[in-house]
Amino acid sequence: MSDPTAAAIVGAPPSHQPTEIGGPTDAGQPAHAKQEKPRGLLGDAWRDLRRKPLFWISAVFILIFVVMAAFPSLFTSADPTAGELSRSLEKPSGHAWFGYDIQGRDVYARTIYGANASIVVALLSVLGTLLIGGTMGMIAGFRGGWVDALLSRIADVFFGLPFVLGAIVILTTFNGSGTSNSEWEVKGLVIASLVVLSWPVVMRLMRSSVLATKEADYIVAARALGAGNGRIILKHLLPNTLAPILVYGTIMVGSFIGAEATLSFLGVGLKSPVVSWGIIINEAQDLIRVAPYLLFFPAAFLVAAVLSFVMLGEAVREALDPKLR
Amino acid sequence: MGRYLLRRLLQLVPVFIGTTFLIYWLVWAVPGDPFAGKCGERPCPPGFVAMMTEKFQLDQPLYVQYATYMKNLFQGDFGTTFGNRSINEIIATAYPNTLKLAVVALAIEAIIGLTAGVVTGLRRNGFLDNLVLISTLFLIALPIFVIGFVLQWVLGVQLNIVEPTVSSEMRLSELIVPGFVLGSISMAYIARVARTSISENRRSDYVRTAIAKGLPMRRVVGVHLLRNSLIPVVTLLGTDLGALMGGAIVTEGIFQINGIGRIVYRSIVTKESATVVSIVVILVLVYLLMNLLVDLLYAALDPRIRYE
Amino acid sequence: MRVSKRTSGAVALGAAVALIASGCSGSDDGGDAGNTADGAIVIDGTQPEVPLVPANTTETGGGAIIDYLWTGLVEYPNNGGAPQNAVAESIETTDSKVYTIKIKKGLKFHDGSEVKAANFTKAWNWAAYSPNGAQNSSFFADIQGFADVQSEDPDADGPQKAPPPKAKELTGLKVVDDYTFEVTLAAPTAVFPTKLGYSAFVPLPDVFFTQTPEEFGKKPVGNGPVKFVSWEDDVSIKLTRFDDYTLRDKMKIKDVDVKLYQEDTAAYNDLLAGNLDFQQQVPVSALAGDKWKNDLGERAIQSTTPSTGIIAFPMYDAKFKDPKLRKAISLAVNRQEITDKIFFGNRTPADSWANPLTPGAVAGNCTACQFNADEAKRLFAESSGYQGEMVFYYNADASHKDWMEAVAQSVKNVLGINARAEGIPTFAVFRQQINAHKMTGPYRAGWQQDYPDVENWVNPLYVKGGSSNDGLYSNPQVDTLAKEASGAANLDEAHAKFAEAVKIIDADVPSIPVYFQGQQSGHSDKIKKVELTNVGEIDITSVEL
Repeated sequence: MSDPTAAAIVGAPPSHQPTEIGGPTDAGQPAHAKQEKPRGLLGDAWRDLRRKPLFWISAVFILIFVVMAAFPSLFTSADPTAGELSRSLEKPSGHAWFGYDIQGRDVYARTIYGANASIVVALLSVLGTLLIGGTMGMIAGFRGGWVDALLSRIADVFFGLPFVLGAIVILTTFNGSGTSNSEWEVKGLVIASLVVLSWPVVMRLMRSSVLATKEADYIVAARALGAGNGRIILKHLLPNTLAPILVYGTIMVGSFIGAEATLSFLGVGLKSPVVSWGIIINEAQDLIRVAPYLLFFPAAFLVAAVLSFVMLGEAVREALDPKLR
Repeated sequence: MGRYLLRRLLQLVPVFIGTTFLIYWLVWAVPGDPFAGKCGERPCPPGFVAMMTEKFQLDQPLYVQYATYMKNLFQGDFGTTFGNRSINEIIATAYPNTLKLAVVALAIEAIIGLTAGVVTGLRRNGFLDNLVLISTLFLIALPIFVIGFVLQWVLGVQLNIVEPTVSSEMRLSELIVPGFVLGSISMAYIARVARTSISENRRSDYVRTAIAKGLPMRRVVGVHLLRNSLIPVVTLLGTDLGALMGGAIVTEGIFQINGIGRIVYRSIVTKESATVVSIVVILVLVYLLMNLLVDLLYAALDPRIRYE
Repeated sequence: MRVSKRTSGAVALGAAVALIASGCSGSDDGGDAGNTADGAIVIDGTQPEVPLVPANTTETGGGAIIDYLWTGLVEYPNNGGAPQNAVAESIETTDSKVYTIKIKKGLKFHDGSEVKAANFTKAWNWAAYSPNGAQNSSFFADIQGFADVQSEDPDADGPQKAPPPKAKELTGLKVVDDYTFEVTLAAPTAVFPTKLGYSAFVPLPDVFFTQTPEEFGKKPVGNGPVKFVSWEDDVSIKLTRFDDYTLRDKMKIKDVDVKLYQEDTAAYNDLLAGNLDFQQQVPVSALAGDKWKNDLGERAIQSTTPSTGIIAFPMYDAKFKDPKLRKAISLAVNRQEITDKIFFGNRTPADSWANPLTPGAVAGNCTACQFNADEAKRLFAESSGYQGEMVFYYNADASHKDWMEAVAQSVKNVLGINARAEGIPTFAVFRQQINAHKMTGPYRAGWQQDYPDVENWVNPLYVKGGSSNDGLYSNPQVDTLAKEASGAANLDEAHAKFAEAVKIIDADVPSIPVYFQGQQSGHSDKIKKVELTNVGEIDITSVEL
C-alpha cells in the first residue's frame, strides 16, 4: 500500500497558503476579509464566483433552459406532437423557425419541449453517477487495501457489461411494452440504468485523484494535527480532488442526452409522444442529405446547454480551487 | 511490487467468474423467445424449436447452462452460435480487427485530445480554447452514425481521398477515418480533463520553480507539467480501450469492419448467452488488464503513489 | 417468407419480389462478349444466419445465395408470369391431389453426380421429419403423411423430450424410376406445382446425407448455374460458373463475389466509389429527396415487388371487434400522403388485398383502402367507438418508426382518437407477443409472397388456423370459400373462388394494407445488362459486362 513516509519529491500543491506573489490580483483580499468575519471554503468560493462574468452568463443560460424545461409553453404556442404530412420536411420559415420534420411537426416546438426530458434525464443521471462513482472512488482511494480491491473489482464487473445489454435488461424488465409507467417513472428508470452502467468511470477517476492527493503534505499535516478521517475527506481531500470529476461530469451531460436517445431508439427508453433532443436528432439522421437543418437546430441547443454546464462547472471549479484565487 | 502484481492477478479470478455469471444471467433475462422471430412473420415449426432447445440446453435451469458453459470454456471451447458458427473462430478473426480499430481510435483520441488539452490548458479562455470546446461538444452532440456517414461521404465518395470502406486486410491508412470517428466520442473528455489538470498544475510551486530556474518552457511542460497532469488522463484512456472495443457497433457497420460489435449486439437481441459471454469475457479481460496497467502507471507517474 | 436481417435496412419487410428490372444502361445490345465470358462482379449481400441448407433458410441473406446455387423443379420468370418447368420435364395431375413429376435427364449437381428423383424425395423427407428441425418444414404440410413425421414436445419448454414421430418418411412420396416420382397430397391443392419453385423444394445431392447439415451448409453443393467456391464469415461468399449446367439460365459471366455488408450505407458508398457492382436496395439516406437518382443516373433501377406493408388488428381484443370501427380506421389512413412523404414516392399506396403483381390477384379490390375522411368519421360515429389511447406497435430494430407514426398520426388527425405509435425493442419480443396473442393495439405486419399465387395471400393470412393469421381473424364464409378454392381443379377456378373470399374479407377489414413495396437498386458502370428476379434479387445469369 501507499507509504506514508514517502517524502514528497515534487512539491505537493500547498493548499491554504495565501502567499502567492504576483498571483491572481486579489491576493490581498482574503487577508483583508478575514478581519471582518472568518469564512469557510464555500464562502470564499461564493465571493469569488459572484465577480465572474462567465458564471453569470452560464447561469442565465441555464436558467433559460430550466424555464424552458419547466414551462415550454412560454416559448412556443405550437403543439410539438401535432403533425400534418402535407407540410413534411418544409424548410425553416417565419412560420416555423426551424422547419417541419418528416411527420410535419414543428421542429422549433419539438426542440423547446424536448428540453425537459433531455435536461432532466441527463442532469439527474450525471448527479447520480457523480455521487455514486465519486463516493465509491473516494472510499476506495482513501482506505486502500482490501476495500479498494473489493470496490475496484466490483467496478470492473460493471465495466464489463455492454451498455446495450444492461440497458435492455434493466429497462425491459421494468419498462417493457404493455407496462403503463407514467412519463416520470420512465424517466426515473432511464436515469437509474444510465447511473448503474456508467458510475465505474467516475469511480476510477475519483480514485486516481485521491491516490495522487492523499500523500500531499497538507493531508499528512492535517492527520498529524489529529484530524479525523471524515474531516480529512470533507475539508481537504474533496475540494482538491473534485476538479477532474466535475469537468468529466459537465461533459457527461452531453453524452447522456445522446445515450437517452439511443435507449428510446432501441424501444426501451422514453416513448412517444414524449420528445427529447436526442430523439429529434436521431429521427433526423437518415435525412441528413435533404434536411440537415433538422439535425442542426436540436444539436445546437444541446451544445448550448452542455456548454453552459461546462462553463458553470469551470467557474465553480476555479472558485473552489484555492490555487487559482 | 511483485506481490501487488500477483495479488491483482489473483483477483482476476473472482471478477472473471462474477462477470461471466452476471452477463450470462442478464442475457438469459433479456425478454423474448429466441425462436419467435427466426422464421419471419410466422411461428417457427415446433420441430426446429425443439431441436434448438435441446442443442443449446435452453430447457435446463440457468445454473446448469452456466456450469456446462464454464466447463467447456476451461477446455478451450467457447461453443457455437445459434447459426452454428464456432465462437472460437469468430473470436480469432473478429477480435484482432476490433482491437486494431480501437487502438487506432485510442491513439488518435490521445494525440488530439492531449494536444488540445495542453494547448488550451496553457492558454485558457482564448479563442482556441473555446473553439476546441465547442467543436468537441458538437462531436458529442451528433450521433456517431452522422459523423461517420458525413466523413465517409465527403472523404470517400465526394473527394475520393480514401476508400469508403475498410478492406479485409485492415491497413492502417484505411483505419484512420474510422478510428477518428470512433475516438471522437471521448475526445472532449480527454481534452477537457487534460486542460483542467494542466492549468491546475501550471500554477503549482514546482512549475514556478522550474521556470524560475530558467528551464526552457518546452522542458517545463514536457517533463514537469505533463507528467504530473497525466494521472486523470491516463485513467480515462485506460478505461476507454475496452469501451471503444465494445462500443464500436455503429462504426464497424459504417466502415464495413469485420469486428465483434455487431455480433455482440445481435447475440444480445437473439438471447445467445454463450456467444455474448464468450465475446464479452475477453473484453472484460481487456478492462481488467488495462486498469491494472493504469494502476501501475500511477506509481511511475507519481512517485508518491506506491504499491507494496 | 424470408425475413431480412440487416439492422438498418431500408426494407426490413424482406427481400422484394420484383417484376422487371428494366433499366440498365442505354445500350440495348448487351455487353461485350469477350469481357463477359471471363467477367467477375461484386454484389452486396448479408451474412447468412445459418449454414446454407435450403430447407433451413428463412432469411434473405442466405436465401439469395441458395437461389443462386440451386435450380428447382419450376422457376418463376423474371417478369412475374406463370411458373415454368426448369428441372421438371413435366408435372401432371388429373385431380390436383396426385402429381406425377418427371425430371430432365442428364442434369448434374456441382459434385458431378446426377440429379435423380430420389434426390427430391429424400430431401423432402429430411426437411419434413421434425427431429431434423428444418425451419421450412411447414412447406411440406400439404403432402400426405406429414402429421406422422411430426412430433410435438409434450411440455414445450420443460425438460421432457419430444417422442420420435410415428413415421420416418412421408407416405405421399413415391419414387417411380430414376427420373419420375409421384406426390400424393393430403387434400387437392391446385397451387401445388406453383409452390415447387420455392427454395425449400430443391433437390439435395447424395453427399448431403453422408454429412451433418452443418458441414454441408458450409460447403453447399447445388444444381444451379453457379457453384460454391468459398465463404469467409462476415466478409464474402465467392461463387463461380458451373460449366456443366445445361438448363436455360446459363451464366454469361464467370465469377460472382457476394460481399457481406452490415450496413446498407456502406454498400451504397462502395457502389458510388466503384467497389461494388450491384446493390439490391439503396439506403434510406439516399432515397430521401430522391438523391439516389442523381447519384446513380442511368444506373438506378426502380422496380416493384410483390410484398405489402400491412397493419393487422388483434381481433381477439374486444376493442377491435366492430368491423365499422376497423373500417373507419382503415379509411382514415392517408396512404397516398404516406407513400409520397415518408417513402418519397418509392412505394405505392395499397389498394388491393393481394399484391397486384401476384397471379390471380384482383387489382383495386380493397374498398377499405381508400382515404376518405368523411366516410371514416361517419363510420366511426356509428361504430362502438374507442376509449383511451390507441397504440400502433412496431418492432424497433428495423426502420418502421416513420411510417407507423405517420399512420397513427393520420388516424389521430381524422378520427380524433388519441393514437400514437410505439416500438417494441426486438423482432423476437414483437413476434413472441404476436404469437401469444397478447397485442393490445394494431401492429405492423408485412407479407411477401413465398410463391406467386393469390392463394399465398389468403390461406396463411385470413383463414382460420392459417400459419400467419396472428390476429385470429375468423369468418366461416371465408374459410369455406378458401377451402373450395384451394381444392379447385385448376388455377383459374381457384382464383375465381379466392376473389369471392377476398370480397368478404374486404367487408370485415381484419387488417389494413398500407403500401406496396418498391425496390430501388443500383449497379456499376461495368454492368451493361442486368435483370432482377421475381423476388427482386439480381438475376446473376442475366448479367453482361
